[in-house]
Order: sequence, then structure tokens, then C-alpha cells
Amino acid sequence: MVELTVNGVRRSVEAEPDTPLLYVLRNDLGLTATRFGCGAGLCGACFVLVDSTPMASCDLPLWSLTGAAITTVEGLAADEPNGISALQQAFLDEQAAQCGYCVSGMLITASALLARGQTPGEEEVRSALDRNLCRCGTHNRIVRAVLRAAKR
Amino acid sequence: MGTDLAGGEPALEGGLPENLRRNPLLSTWLRIGGDGTVRVCAGKVELGQGIRTALAQLAADELDVAIGRVEMAEVATPASPDEGHTAGSKSIQDSGAAIRQVCAEARQLFLAAAAERLGLPACELTVSDGEISVPGGSASVSYWQLAQAVSLDRPATGAVAPRPLGSGRVAGQSAPRIELRDMLLGRPSFVHDLHLPGMLHGRIVRSPYAHARLLHIGTCLSQARVVRDGSFLGVICAREEHAVKARNQLMETTTWECSGGLPRSQDVAQFLLKAPSVEDRLVVDHLAGDSVRAGVVRTHHATYSRPFLAHASIGPSCAVACWRDGQLEVWCASQGVYALRSVLAECFSVAESNVVVHHIPGSGCYGHNGADDVAYEAALLAREAPGTPVRLQWMRDDELGRAPFGPAMVAVASAGLGADGDVLSFGYDVYGNGSGGRPGEGGSPNLHAASRLAGPLAPPVAVDIPVEAGGGTSRNAIPLYRLGRRRISSHWVSEMPVRTSALRSLGAFCNVFAIESFMDELAALAGADPLEYRLRHLDDARAAAVLRAAADSAGWSGRGSGWADRGPGWADRSPGPGPGPGPGRRRDGERGMGIAFARYKNTSGYCAIVAEVEAVERLRVLRVTAAVDVGFAVNPDGIDNQVTGGVIQAASWTLAESVVTDEERVLSTGWDSYPILRFAEVPPVHVIIVRNDGEPPLGAGEIAQGPTAAAITNALYDAIGVRVRHLPLTQDQIVAAIEE
Repeated sequence: MVELTVNGVRRSVEAEPDTPLLYVLRNDLGLTATRFGCGAGLCGACFVLVDSTPMASCDLPLWSLTGAAITTVEGLAADEPNGISALQQAFLDEQAAQCGYCVSGMLITASALLARGQTPGEEEVRSALDRNLCRCGTHNRIVRAVLRAAKR
Repeated sequence: MGTDLAGGEPALEGGLPENLRRNPLLSTWLRIGGDGTVRVCAGKVELGQGIRTALAQLAADELDVAIGRVEMAEVATPASPDEGHTAGSKSIQDSGAAIRQVCAEARQLFLAAAAERLGLPACELTVSDGEISVPGGSASVSYWQLAQAVSLDRPATGAVAPRPLGSGRVAGQSAPRIELRDMLLGRPSFVHDLHLPGMLHGRIVRSPYAHARLLHIGTCLSQARVVRDGSFLGVICAREEHAVKARNQLMETTTWECSGGLPRSQDVAQFLLKAPSVEDRLVVDHLAGDSVRAGVVRTHHATYSRPFLAHASIGPSCAVACWRDGQLEVWCASQGVYALRSVLAECFSVAESNVVVHHIPGSGCYGHNGADDVAYEAALLAREAPGTPVRLQWMRDDELGRAPFGPAMVAVASAGLGADGDVLSFGYDVYGNGSGGRPGEGGSPNLHAASRLAGPLAPPVAVDIPVEAGGGTSRNAIPLYRLGRRRISSHWVSEMPVRTSALRSLGAFCNVFAIESFMDELAALAGADPLEYRLRHLDDARAAAVLRAAADSAGWSGRGSGWADRGPGWADRSPGPGPGPGPGRRRDGERGMGIAFARYKNTSGYCAIVAEVEAVERLRVLRVTAAVDVGFAVNPDGIDNQVTGGVIQAASWTLAESVVTDEERVLSTGWDSYPILRFAEVPPVHVIIVRNDGEPPLGAGEIAQGPTAAAITNALYDAIGVRVRHLPLTQDQIVAAIEE
């Protein structure tokens, strides 16, 4: 039995301490926005916020998360009256996806960048997102979406 | 009374669309509900290209309903219309034509029923968001009220024609993707996210070799059920992380015997030129003889190649399968649910009626990837757990190492130029493995695991797609230019060192790269501007229009007059002679601009690309301008997204990508060994849609691939005076070209 705090809710799961967080999120907690991409932390598809830092959940063992606050895409709009965050709305406004498989990881990285409080420029946005891979070629729309959200 | 079905409107000319002829019942395509819903059932699947949105737009216009009412049904056997594979950029043409016709006929049936109710001829009634009204609006009846009375269980007749494209309010305007909000809110959106009660998790155990025979099964954790059939090896576990761990343990401890060699990646081009091949003579304007050389004052020849390329989706392939009472149900991201059903039935020796295949979108699909393979492998695992669904997701090395690759190709071009520099003769031979390796093509199930079973089924084949179907190796091998006498052949190499199948644009990527590089070389020999040289060999006004649009927008005329008057090259970066710097570029042997063009398949969308590059320590693409003409633009923003994505993906292929092999193994099975373009390297892309709304709509998803590769290569030449003919344009290849 392992205790976790996910999207502000304390959860306990029946899993071994070395289980990567990704599988617990998806299969035990039903939070499927976080997705497997490479299992090696090289693509960003499985990023979650661990206390406000984007981290790959595919190789992040449960034992390392005691006391940590984990946020997934399902939790990004938790406090929003419209049920959608400014960042998610900006992605919608820019139509910043094609297949959309990578988009959860993009939202996580971008939300961490925006949470720093400064208004990032394009170079900073590109640099922050450089650990996230996109195969459909939607990069420029994603950058525009993050810049749009940053201006709000 | 106004019950005249045609309502005074013109009948369809030229017969019903092909896909509607094959699936003639209106109710197969369209359901109108008493609750105000419009359900469109297309046979084409969402691959991330936005096809569901574009088809919904067409349906909304034809029916005169708000697009928000239109719901696109899941594609599944046996209910969905069989529209073959979602491939070849033909969905908007083929499925779009069928849906427009179905909706036009349905609208007329509802109008006829309304005419009876309202006592006026159908031609006097108007429809607004499904509400059918008499003039002045004093009486009306809706589709929803008539839904019970009007049966769509009748075949299409062609008695009415769809409205002219562009006359509606929805198609032709940018529309937001219908799936996007759910994705952004993190809701289940992919087959990967499907969770069925009691579902188990599977993984496949692979050998380190490309081709291998299983000798001894190793050991793994006790919670795993090991499934073996011949050299097919997998595990099933209640928990996914256990399946991953068991797979890793078995991959370390299982022993295999290598059962087939490979050419090393650097030897693939030679392999293709030497291997037996089947020639398809595409154009033979002359056979041989002196007349060929009449007027020719100069000849030129060059050889180009592209490596094997991986689909490299961000999400490895995934499927869920369940056997129950001898019936198989599969959820997967196949591009052809009927073809997959057929081969699954064959492989498991069951009737097709005992197999149901559901499509649920997967991660980005750029052609025939692992979607069918993983569905079959999930079914092989699930067979060992009857009554229980088994979810199988491939790992990263499965995806990069075992999914079909885009075929490697080699192209050999030659030309004879007249005194004025014009092309008087053109020879072209292209060699490659096939792109036709989908389930059932070439008489093979074409499923990765099928030939590895104890009772093996046919090994995979990749046939060459015939020219009539757009061509495979031959796609875009015939230039649109006027090139005098031509001899053009494609050569299909059937022996596959690694399995190949369809990858975005098929042979067009290599053929356009080769031909458009060659045109640049010929322009340089003729002392001509590359744009002007292309235009003087073109008779097609739409082709010229996209070339001019891209060039004008990118500031082509300010670039000077090409390499002929350019400064020193790669080795010497002192400022060179020539006219002054153009807008946004330095004339210092570091920056260059290149142009390229093709009409995809010679029958589909037109695309011209201008690329600007910088070549200092490494090659960087600074900016790309694309001009496209895809006829009637159903969803302009969707076209922008598809073309931009095509440019960026093709830039990644061109700059960085190559499947790496040694004599036994595929080595490029991770993101460190198969790098793709990243945010910091992705250039700004400006897309110009040259509106031609009077022309039929054409697919946009694949048109940028070839022109992008050639434009970047031509820009590199413009920058440093070095012609690189072998992709990708890595530092090693550029240095090799300098040394040549």
C-alpha cells in the first residue's frame, strides 16, 4: 500500500514501491491523460508535475513520491470556473494539436513554465519545450498557444 | 403536390461516387435522430489529420444543419461503410463525395415529406438547422419530427446532385477540430486509454536480431503468464508494470538464433541497385539512337538516395483484444478495419462474421505503422485468456524497430541540354522496396508475428503500388515539366532486408527530392535562376501559380541570381562578390535559399516550397514558405495545420533521420539513436493557400513531403555551393559530398 497526493487528493494504491508512477495513474487511478511514450524519460509524453517540476512518470518510482504533490492534466483545470484553464483554452484557440498524443506532456511543461510568473518569450518557450517530442509537426502552434496563454 | 423527389434540382451527373456505389444504402452513412442529432458514419478514420471535422463540415452544409449537431460515428465492422484504407490523401475526395451525395439525397427525402405535411412544393421550402419552413416562416416541420416517417434504408439514386462546393456556410471556413477539447482536458481519446473490466496487460518479447529463431525461453517473475507460439513470445499480467518487467527479464535471458542478415545502412543504396528488380516502364518517348542527342550540347547525370525511415509515432502502437465463445473482438488504430478483419479471420481460421474490428484513434499515423501488427499480437495473447480482454502496448524499441519502415530508394537521373539550356532529353530510373505491405496486399496477411508462429503463415511482402493507384516507387517519378524526350522507369525490389510499407507520400518523397534537386543542378548548368528555369519548363498554370506565390512571399527575387555569382563556399566564409544582400540574408556563403515544387501524384494537390537555411557548423533551416493549391479548401485552418506538419516532418526526415542497421540488427530503436526534429530546431513555416474554390477538393496531408526535402537541399547548395544527393543532410553526408 502506497500513499500519494494526486491533483490535491490523497490516494492509496496497492502497488509495489518500485512501480513507475505512470502505470498507477493510468490503471489504478483512471487518469489516462498521462501517456507512455518511451519508458526512458526522453519524449515528454508521460510528464506530470511533481511539486511544480515537470518529470517523466514512466521511470519515476512510487517510493520517491512520499509527501510530493502530483498534478496531471486532469488536475490543471481543477480551480477553473469554466472547467478549462487559460492554457488549455489557448491550445484550443490555436488548434495546437494534430494527433494529440503528446499534448498532455506539452501542457504539463508549459504550465510549469507559466507558473514561474514571468512572461516568457518565444525562445524561452521553445527551450522549455525542447524535452517534449512532437511527431506531427505541431510545434509552432504549440509555441503560439503558450505565448497566448502567457499574455493573459 | 410538391412531392417531386428532385424538387426541381438537377440530377447527379457522372454516376454515384465509387464508395457510395459499393455501400449504396443511405442509412449506412447517415442517421437522423428524433432527438435532433445527425450521425454521419464514414468509413475513413481519424489519424490526427482532421478528416472527421472536414467530413462533418461537408455534411452540415449539405443538410443545412449546424456543425455542432453532427456527430461522427466510430468506424467499426460490420456497420461502417467499407471505404478501404484511410490512405493516399484521398479521404476528402472519396469519402467527401459520398457523404455529400448521401446528405443531398437525404435532404431531398426530408423536403419531400415536409412538402406533404406543409402543402407546398418542396422547391418553395427552406431549411435552416434542420427546420423546414414555408416562405415567411409561418409553418414548419423539422428533420427530427420527420425522422420516424422518413426511412433512409434505401439505396442512393443520383436523382439529385449535391450543392456546388463553396455555396454552403460551413465548408470553406476554418472549423475547430471536433476531438480537441476532450484531448486538452485529458479525457480518454486514444485506443491506449481504453479500459475494459478485468482487462489484462501484455507485452511482446523480441530478439535482438531483425530475423531470429527462438531457442530457449528465459525466466521472469512468477506473476507473468508466458505465451509462446514458435518464435512468437509474449507475456500477460494482471498489472501492466509486471508485464513490462517480465518482458525485460525475458529479453535478457531468452536465447535466439539469428536467421537472416541485413545490409548495413551505409550499403543499402548499393543493395537496391544490385538486387533483382521488376521494371515498370512509365514513359518511353524513345528507345535509343542518335536522334536522342540531336541538339544536345551538354549532358548531366546524378544519383540520389534516401534511407529507410521510421514512422516514429510518439505513442507506441496499442490494441485491446478479447476472445469470447470463438469470436474475436479487437479495438485498434488500423487504417483499414475491413482488411484487418479479413486477415485476422484468415490467420485464426474463423469466419469473418466472427471477427469485429473497432477503430479508436492511436498516436499520429503517417502511413502503415504497427497498428495492424499490434492488433494481431494482442489477439494472439488474448487467445490464451478466453473471455478476458488483453491490452497490448508496444514499447519504444518495438515501435522504432518492428513497425514497417518507409522504403529506402535510389534514383538515377540524366538529362541532355540544348544550347539555350532547355532540357531536350530526360532519363530517370528509381529503385526501391514496395510500399504495399498492408494486411492482405500481395496475398500475405502482412502481420509481423504471422510468419514467426510454429505453423508459420506467409511472410510479409510489400508489393509496388501500380501507377493507376498513384504509384508506390513510381509516385511522382514523372516530372510535370516539359523535358523533351523522356525514358522513365521505376524498379521494384521485392527482397526486403527490413519490412517496408506505406509511409507518408510513398515514393514521392524520394522522387521529388531527386527530380527537384536535379532541376536545380540543370538550372545551374544553364546559368538560369532556379525559379525561372522551372517556370520555363512548365505548362500548368496552377503549378506556376504556387511557385510564384511561394517565391514572392519568401522574397525570392531579392536573393540575387543564384550560385553562379556567389561567394566562396563552406571552407572560406569571407564575404563573396555578387549583388548586395537580399532581405533577411547575408551573402557570405552561410545562408541560402532553395525552391522546389511538385503536384502530388501528378493528380492531387500542388505544393511549392521555399526554404532558407544557414550552414555554419551545422545545417539549420531558418524559415519555410509553402504555397499550396488543393482546389476547394474545405477547412483552411486544417490545411494549414496539415501542410505545416508535413513540412516539419519532412524537414526532420531530411535533416536527421535514418534507420541504422548492422549485418544482423536494427540499431536505431530509441530516441537517442533515431533523433527527430525538436522545438529549438523547428523553423517558422508560412503556408499560403492559393484559393481555387471552383476546383474539386484535394488532399493536403502529403503534398509537402518531397518539395520540402528538395528545397532544403537546394538552399544548402545555394549557401555553400555543395550538392548533397544522399539523405539525410547530416554533417557526415555534407562532408562526404564536399570530398566528392
